[in-house]
Amino acid sequence: MSETDLRTHAEEIHEQFSDRLDIDVDDVEERLDTLVNEYKVPASEARRSVVNTYLDEAGMDRDQLGGGGGGNEQVDLADVDAPEEWVDVRATVVELWDPRADAVAQVGLLGDETGTIKFTKWSKSDLPELEEGTSYSLRNVVTDEYQGRFSVKLNRTTTIEELDEQIEVGSDSVEVEGALVDIQSGSGLIKRCPEEDCTRVLQNGRCSEHGEVEGEFDLRIKGVLDDGEEVTEVIFDEEATEELTGITLEEAKEMAMDALDTTVVADEMRADILGRYYRVTGPTFGRYVLADDQERLTGTVDADELLIKARSI
Amino acid sequence: MATTPTREVARRVFAREFNDASYTFKESDDDRAPVYVLLPTGQRANRVFLVGTLTETEDVGEDSEYWQGRVVDPNGDTFFMYAGQYQPDAASMLRELEPPAYVAVVGKPRTYETDEGDVNVSVRPESISQVDEATRDRWVVEAAERTLERVRRFRDADPEAPDIDEYVAMAHEEYADDVEPYRQSVVGALESMEDAAEASAD
Repeated sequence: MSETDLRTHAEEIHEQFSDRLDIDVDDVEERLDTLVNEYKVPASEARRSVVNTYLDEAGMDRDQLGGGGGGNEQVDLADVDAPEEWVDVRATVVELWDPRADAVAQVGLLGDETGTIKFTKWSKSDLPELEEGTSYSLRNVVTDEYQGRFSVKLNRTTTIEELDEQIEVGSDSVEVEGALVDIQSGSGLIKRCPEEDCTRVLQNGRCSEHGEVEGEFDLRIKGVLDDGEEVTEVIFDEEATEELTGITLEEAKEMAMDALDTTVVADEMRADILGRYYRVTGPTFGRYVLADDQERLTGTVDADELLIKARSI
Repeated sequence: MATTPTREVARRVFAREFNDASYTFKESDDDRAPVYVLLPTGQRANRVFLVGTLTETEDVGEDSEYWQGRVVDPNGDTFFMYAGQYQPDAASMLRELEPPAYVAVVGKPRTYETDEGDVNVSVRPESISQVDEATRDRWVVEAAERTLERVRRFRDADPEAPDIDEYVAMAHEEYADDVEPYRQSVVGALESMEDAAEASAD
């Protein structure tokens, strides 16, 4: 346990009690230091013990504590299904992305056995660096939701503890089958914002973040698979779109050039794939399945067994 | 994910049952709440997906184009669809397609009452695409499977039981209690596939 980590814990504990007790961060740190460095108590236990001491002094219950003190439910990432819940997670940092704003210290993807979720760590929270590939216990993180996708936010009351064990990241890949019943707007030949780390799709040549920009062409299909019981939205990237439609990015650009219109590409794709049956496998991202692999279902289907059943009831 | 509005699933139903689905309802008072037709086997449908043979197209509009399409299922029963200026893609498909052709149609069920007081059920297509026979065959088996599931659920349900599925209960209320014609449409559709398979094997 390094000095700075102890200091962080001390500051957080101080923060939790600041409006109830007149305590000094140095005092808190000293107590932690004694437990950790003299008595060789693990940091989490030391923290628990120190918090308990102050709870007694303040005459408070653990429940009254504004975060940081534990008592949250430890959840599997796949079970995060509501915003603004305080939870604990145990997860591996799968990927770190480059933060787009100064307010964000770190952003990336966490994973556990059940799946993955985006995380954001604010600069002002002053938390230790997370490293890619390392597993952590993250206590007191807040869930968030944006357009149906969930994420967790680390905040100044979050405690980060590196785990000795490695948390396996489960594949959240799913297989869906059904008829392609819709191709949504924003499909076909699209333009993306060329700004670094911005891949937003342009609307009428404008990026919602960077305004008017010279876009870069890309191919994409946002489609809907429907099996009569459930609908699944699927995103096909350039490679998957090419495989699905046989149209390459270059060909799409030529088609658009000839017609002086980019929408001809989506129209052509529609005619080729709408109303056909597909099987798609890939990871889920929010409510979407990102197609890694797709197959048109063209084989004959056996009706015998069903006919026997239909005659028998 | 309760915050994301969910897209309505497209039901699979043969024309015989679809054309009998004359009862419509909404689940809330909101003007924009989706309208459902009640399938006689006890399921609500706000959207359908069907594949069949387009046998005839006709512009039945008076002032502006209004295209009627007839799509026949393997039992010889007909789905009627109408597309006008508000369904430009579907209307232009009906204008351009040369029957007979296999088509896949995604659309919304619509009902209207005739002067004689009958309720006609039709499809307002969102999209129409020309497909191959393999796609048609897959749809027939799928529609048979889904219909059979509904028939079985309807028959297994006790109309007096308090925990009965609400749409099955509604179907008992609004329609005859007999779902046998729809089981027969499943048998008929699957038999036609067998016949076709045998014919091509000979």
